[in-house]
This record gives sequence, C-alpha cells and structure tokens, in this order.
Amino acid sequence: MEYLNIFIKAAFIDNMIFTLFLGMCSFLAVSKTVKTAVGLGAAVTFVQVITLPVNYLLNKYILAPNAIVEGVDLSFLTFIMFIAVIAAIVQIVEMVVEKFFPALYGSLGIFLPLIAVNCAILGGSLFMQQKEFSNVLQAIVYALGTGLGWLFAIACVAAIRERLSYSNIPAPLKGLGITFIVTGLMAMAFLCFSGIKLA
Amino acid sequence: MAAEKKQGVFTGPLWQNNPIVVQVLGICSSLAVTTQVKPALVMGISLTVVLAFSNVFISLLRNTIPNRIRIIVQLVVVAALVILVNEILKAYVFEVSKQLSVYVGLIITNCILMGRLEAFALGNKPWPAFLDGLGNGLGYALILLIVSVLRELLGSGTLLGYNLLGWAEQYGYMNCGFFVMPAAALIIIGCIIWYQRAKNPELQEQA
Repeated sequence: MEYLNIFIKAAFIDNMIFTLFLGMCSFLAVSKTVKTAVGLGAAVTFVQVITLPVNYLLNKYILAPNAIVEGVDLSFLTFIMFIAVIAAIVQIVEMVVEKFFPALYGSLGIFLPLIAVNCAILGGSLFMQQKEFSNVLQAIVYALGTGLGWLFAIACVAAIRERLSYSNIPAPLKGLGITFIVTGLMAMAFLCFSGIKLA
Repeated sequence: MAAEKKQGVFTGPLWQNNPIVVQVLGICSSLAVTTQVKPALVMGISLTVVLAFSNVFISLLRNTIPNRIRIIVQLVVVAALVILVNEILKAYVFEVSKQLSVYVGLIITNCILMGRLEAFALGNKPWPAFLDGLGNGLGYALILLIVSVLRELLGSGTLLGYNLLGWAEQYGYMNCGFFVMPAAALIIIGCIIWYQRAKNPELQEQA
C-alpha cells in the first residue's frame, strides 16, 4: 500500500512535467511525433530507475551528515556527486545497450546522451534526497513512478501535437507557442489529481 | 566592426534571440520559480552569474579539453559554480533558498548552460564568452521577471511582498487563483511567444 502511494504520488499528483516542470526542454523538442516521444520517455524511465537508487545509496551512506565519519557533513557535495553519477551511468548504459541490445540501441540510441542533462533525472534525485525514503525499494518505486509519469505526459502531448498539425493556427502561434498553451491546458487537467487523498 | 559584433553578442540574447522564447532553452526552472517576483529575481541573478563565469572558464580551457570528455568537464565546472552559488544563497537569503529548493541545483542541467557552452564558449575567446553568458543570463532573467510580475500581481495582489491591490477588494475585486497554479506559467509564456513572433515574423515556424 505504501509503495502504491509513492507510485501514484510520483506519477500523477506530482507529475514531473505538469506540476514540477522538469525535463521541459527535451519534452518540447521531442514531442512532435508519438513514436519518438515514447522512445525518449522509455529511455528516461530506464535511466531514472537505474540512477535514482544509486544516488539514494550514495546519499545515505556517504553524503548524509555523520554517514562516514562522526561529525562530518558532506551534503554540500551533493550536486557534483549526483551529476557525476548520472553522467557516468548514462555513459555505461549507452555502451551496454549498444553492445548487448542493438535493436533497443537503434530506437533509443540518439536520446541516451541527451538524458544526462535532462532535468527530470537530476531533479528526481534531488527530490528523493528531500523525501527521506526509508529503504532502496521505495526509491526504486519512486523512480519508476516519476519515469512513467514523464512517459505518459510526453506521449499525451505528442498525440495532441500530431493532431494539431491539421488545424488552422494563427501563424505567430504555430509550433512552440501553441505547444506551451496545450501543455498549460493539460497541466490544468492534471490539477484534478491533486484532489486524491492517499491513505 | 569588432565592437559592433561584441555588442550583438551581448544585446542579441536579450530579446531577438532570447534563450527562453526563441532558443527554447531553460524552460523548466523559468516555469517553476515564477510564482513570486523575489525568488524569480534571485534565480535570474544566480543563473546569470553561473552562466557568465562557466562560459569564461570553458572558453579558457577550450583548447585543452579533449573533445570526447567535454560534456563531463562542462558539468563539473558548472556544478562547482552552482555549489558556490547555493552556499552563498543559503548564507545570505536563506528564506528564498528554501523557496527555490531543488531548482538552484537544477541550474546544472539547465539547458541554457549546456547550449551556450557548446555553441559559444567552446569556439570563442573569454571576453566575448563572458558577454554572451551575461546577455543570455539577463535575457532569461527578463522573461522570469515578466512572468513573475504578472503571476504575483494577478494571483496574490502583491509585488515583492507589498500588497498593491488590497484597496480594490472593497469594490469587489478578487485575486485570480489561477495565476498561482503551474498551468498559468505555461500559458503566459505561450502568450509571450505569440507576441514576440507576431513582432518578428522571420521567427515564425512554417510547420
């Protein structure tokens, strides 16, 4: 039950795109067609599920106050450690996927390097640090929730944008402008999830 | 000629080539921190400082960084600067740094940084790189300021915490709660883009 709560909160109530605005840059750039959008969403989920638990352990056993030596607080190193872990893992994941899953690499390949600088990944890790999960499993569930929430959001907006290409939009609003407004309207729709009371 | 070019490097990003509405970089933080003017200002200044100095450092190192590992070098330089900024914010404006929470850390992955480092600092001398960083940072701060003024004034009737619209309540004026919500930021930026593209038809997309 506890895990389900974390999942629903991460995926819907605190949706990465519609309420926290994380990963907007790649979201705007890649949401033109559903196929590529789903590819990027899957890659983000994949990397999130790997990096977030690693950062959780790093935070718990190295960075937290009094973790290594009594009286030493290394939490000011958080940013640099997290981003180094993320960049390194993205690099490793890219190499492993290329070697062992060539088909998957063909569909995710171009997106993988971009993910190192996707704010949804670093943001997920930083929010995880604030939430103080009690074990790794909770961190994994949280990672899965944020990743799938992101995938869901980008797939929805990409589907709307595919349809929009047939509509008659004022010229200055075409492309970027209308995408912002559509995302805003979607965000309003997602506000309804904030009414969910979790036990 | 050279002076003219340098000026373009600085003023271009303020409006004609604005990082948010034209280059579409750094959207995430610009939406999340703009419910009030004060955090938006602090965020704009922090990003400008980080961007200007990381541009200078990368520009100084540009001939020594091996091409293959340049992304990680860039991330380390930026992360070190962001740590400095974060510690300074915590020391002097603790309230605001609480409000900004993780978004200061997210300056590291702010695409404006990566975009400018890759596109400009790697191929230019330190001084133009500094101007480019300053211009882009201020262009970002400008959009943040516009959005946050609209949201704070219409959403809670205040500016920088001062109550400006309290007098209007006796005539039946109500604050519009919608502007405090996340969705409003997206729609306001959508409208800024609309206005900007209408003024600059060459930027319109042919999609």
